[in-house]
Order: sequence, then C-alpha cells, then structure tokens
Amino acid sequence: MNLMHLSLLEQTILVLGALTLFLSFALLPQARLTTMVHLFAWQGGLLALLTAVVASVGGNHHLYVSALLTLALKALLIPWMLHRLIRRLQLERHQERLDRQALVMMTGAALVIFSYWVVLPVARLELANTRNVVGLSLGIIQLGMLLMVVRRQAVAQVIGFMSVENGLFLAAVAATSGMPLVVELGIAFDVLVAAVLFGVFFFHIRESIDSLDVDLLTRLSEAEQEKLASESEGEA
Amino acid sequence: MVDFLNPTGWALALLQTLLFAAGAPLLVAWVKRIKSRLQNRRGPSLLQPYRDLHKLFGKEAVMAHTASPVFRAAPYIVFGATLIAASVIPMLAVELPTAAIADVIVLVGFLALARFFLALAGMDVGTSFGGMGSSREMLISALAEPAMLMAVFTLTMSAHSTNLSSVIEHVLNSGLLLRPSFLFALLGLLLVAVAETGRIPVDNPATHLELTMVHEAMILEYSGRHLALMEWAAQIKLMLYGVLLANIFLPWGIASTLSAGSLLTGLIAIVVKLALLGVILAVSETVVAKMRLFRVPAFLNLAFMLSLLGMLSHVILEVGA
Repeated sequence: MNLMHLSLLEQTILVLGALTLFLSFALLPQARLTTMVHLFAWQGGLLALLTAVVASVGGNHHLYVSALLTLALKALLIPWMLHRLIRRLQLERHQERLDRQALVMMTGAALVIFSYWVVLPVARLELANTRNVVGLSLGIIQLGMLLMVVRRQAVAQVIGFMSVENGLFLAAVAATSGMPLVVELGIAFDVLVAAVLFGVFFFHIRESIDSLDVDLLTRLSEAEQEKLASESEGEA
Repeated sequence: MVDFLNPTGWALALLQTLLFAAGAPLLVAWVKRIKSRLQNRRGPSLLQPYRDLHKLFGKEAVMAHTASPVFRAAPYIVFGATLIAASVIPMLAVELPTAAIADVIVLVGFLALARFFLALAGMDVGTSFGGMGSSREMLISALAEPAMLMAVFTLTMSAHSTNLSSVIEHVLNSGLLLRPSFLFALLGLLLVAVAETGRIPVDNPATHLELTMVHEAMILEYSGRHLALMEWAAQIKLMLYGVLLANIFLPWGIASTLSAGSLLTGLIAIVVKLALLGVILAVSETVVAKMRLFRVPAFLNLAFMLSLLGMLSHVILEVGA
C-alpha cells in the first residue's frame, strides 16, 4: 500500500494506531501501578480519538457515539475505578520489576511480527484503506496477553486484560467501521462490570493470602500445607 | 546525480564544514543561555565558549609522564573524525559531493572511531577516573548504537537509499505525509542523541562530580590545546546530531539548487531549526533530573524499542500488502 494514496485523515488513523501499539509496549515493563493506569487511560483516549477520525472519514455517525463511550469508559471511568482500588489496597508505591525485561520486550516485538504475518491474508481482502491496522490490533491483543503472562500482580493482569479488549475494539473499528451499536454497548458494559467484579475479587484474594501476588495462589493446596507443617515438625 | 568535478560543490562542502566548526560553540552557548534563563540566572554571554577555546589554545599542554603517544594523538583523531562526520551531513544544501561519497553508515562509523579513541585516551594515563569514564562511555554507546542504526534503517527503507542526501530529497519530494515510522524513528533518535552527546538524563555536561561524570571523566587529564580540541569535538557532535534530526525529519528550507538565494534560505532555515531544537533541549534538561547510571540501559532500551517500532510500523502500515 502506498502511503501517498491515503488522505491526511487516513494517515492520522495509521499514526494513532501505531501510537496505541506503542502504549501497549510501554505498559509491558512499567513498574508502578499508578503509571500503568495512566498509560492505560491514554490508550483509551487515543482509541476514542481514532474512532472519531474513522467516523469522520467514513461518515459513520454511530461511530461518534462509540467514540464518546470509549472516552467516557476506558479513558475516564475505568482508570478512575482502578485508581481508587489501588489507593484502597494501598498499592500506590508498590513496584514490580520484571525479571528479564529485555527478553520480554523482544518477545513482544516477535509477537507483533507474528501477528502481522498471520493477518497478511486478511489484509489482502481490501476491506478498507486502513486494513493494515488489523495487524496492529492483533499485536495489541497479543501484547495484552503477554502482559497477563509475565506479571504476577493481579491489578497489572487486569490492565493487561483490559488492553486486550482495546485491541479487539481497534480491530473492529479499523476493519469494518465498528460493530453494531447494540453489540458495542453490550461489550462496553461487560467491561465495566468486569472492572467492578475484579475490584471485589482483589479484596477476596488479599483477604485469603495477604497479597495480590497471584504466584502465591499455587501454595494454597492442603497437601503442601501439610508438607510444610511436617517439615517444621521435623526441624523441631 | 552529483557532479564530482564541480568546484563550487566542493567549495560549498568545505564552507559547510567550516560553518559546522564555527557554529557549534554558539549552539552550546545558546542552550546554556536558555537554561540559565529558565533557572532565573543571567547566564554567560553567547561568546563565552569561543573565549574559553581561545584561552585553552593559548595555554601550555601539560602531559602526565605515564602518557603514551595514543594520549597525545587522540585529541587530533577525535576532532578530525568528528569534523569529517559533520561534513557528511547536508546542512545548507543537498547533493553536495561530500554527502554523495559517504552514506549514513560511514557517518556512524566515523562517530564510533572518535568514541574509540576517546575511550582509549581516557584509559591511557591510568587514573581511576579515566578508566571509569571510558567503561561507562562504552556501555552507553554499545546500547545506543543498535537503536541509532535501527532508526537509520527505518529511514533508509522508506527512501530506498542509505545516502543522507537522497533520504532528505525523498522526504522533500513526498510532501506532507504523516508517517508513523518517521515519528518513532524521530523519538528514538532523539533519545540516542541525548545519550550520545552526554546531555542531562544520561550525563551532566556542567558538572565535575566524580561519581556521576562520563565524558568529563575521560578528558580529565587533558589541558591546553588538547582539551580545547576535545571540548570543540564534543560541541560539534551536539550540533551534528541537531542538524541530522532537523534536516532529516523537517527538511523544508534546505537548498536543492546551488544558487545564492536558496543557499541563504537554507542557512536561515537551519539556524531557526537549531535555535528551536536548542530551546527544546534546554527545557527538557530543566524539567528532567539526571538518572542513575544503572537506569541508563532502560532509557536506551526504550530508544531501541521506539526505533524497532518505527521499523515494524514501516513494514506493517506503510509497505504491507
């Protein structure tokens, strides 16, 4: 595809899509949870802007509604809820360093290349001028999943989950100018409800294991506890 | 195509290189001046770096008795390599003969040569600070070079040429295009430029605090004309990165013909661009605090990721099926 054949607004869509992907990369090694929430909010804001630009290029007026919905939910409401959760869980100063940061980043780059390769046949379908954004959005989905795999902190994993949803939304907007409004409303409220439920779960997890490090969940089996108990008896 | 036998072209290339050498101290003074203003100080005059250089050239060069010929030769090699690297970059006009015989990979090579001798000179006398500075410089450059080359490859893939002159012409001819790849390459190169020229989040050029200095530690043993050449080379390097960034990403104004009028426009354009870049640098140096040395790899990792994303978005968004 030649960039010169696209109008300035369509080029803007590409730039915004690339920036969204960059924010996914920035989320990956981020140590502070509050900064992660900020980055996630920026990603939502970019997505809303991108939706508005797609709406004005294609003349799809219902997309303005979903742009507003995205802005309200993903850039403002959900980040605000996550912020409140972090404050109430007293995790503002919590830091989690990735063990092999460079390796994780390289894996992320490899995943983006892989998703581009997967999307190549789809992109040949001439769906719209900005169909290459589908490759980016699959990359964002994969990066969100990678985030959930490499992080041990439950709040960070939830942000990964939410950014997976951002990637899906980007694919829908860029490839087919958005889903029907009913579906979009349904998904938006699903995400909202998920955010609320996750909040409740955080408190449950913390009550049972005194931490939000999900790796500790593997040690909850009774057999291991008995083993630990017998070991301590043996030492005594 | 470039006419190699055109004497005006060679004369212009020479003039451009001299302008580089003459303008570099002014750019440094300009950045210092803006920074002082932002910190509510008056700041030194814009001519201060020239006075410093003049003073240093007039002084006797003192040598440690453990110094080898490498130590003596290093300032000339560093200055020469940096100046030749500067001559490769189109500053006033494209299609100059110097730009045509050397491409961007040669440019990176010359900078690496200068850095190699700078590090050797730092280790030569055998003081602990020199060795420390050299090891830090090599750490930073080893991490910065892949990021820089990746950004450069993104540009050259768009322009189908590694020649800087052709890259600039390609950007000029394609008009106003919003390229995601250029955006990322610009950000990546900005971070690399900050690290390579030893500006604030990575190194502080204004301090001689032993524990944090990198560049100053390597030239600690130099005095007189040797020190002057080292300082001058560092100033030219800052200007080199400034011109590179300004002319590749915002080439508008650069002369594409060798007439007096367009050359004058080119001169005014590059002065304005460098002045703006200086302001941006001064503001960012005032806002950002110097980071710990152990955070520098993370900083350069970010630069590499940006350049890599530039490459990826070029392939996915701009070329892809």
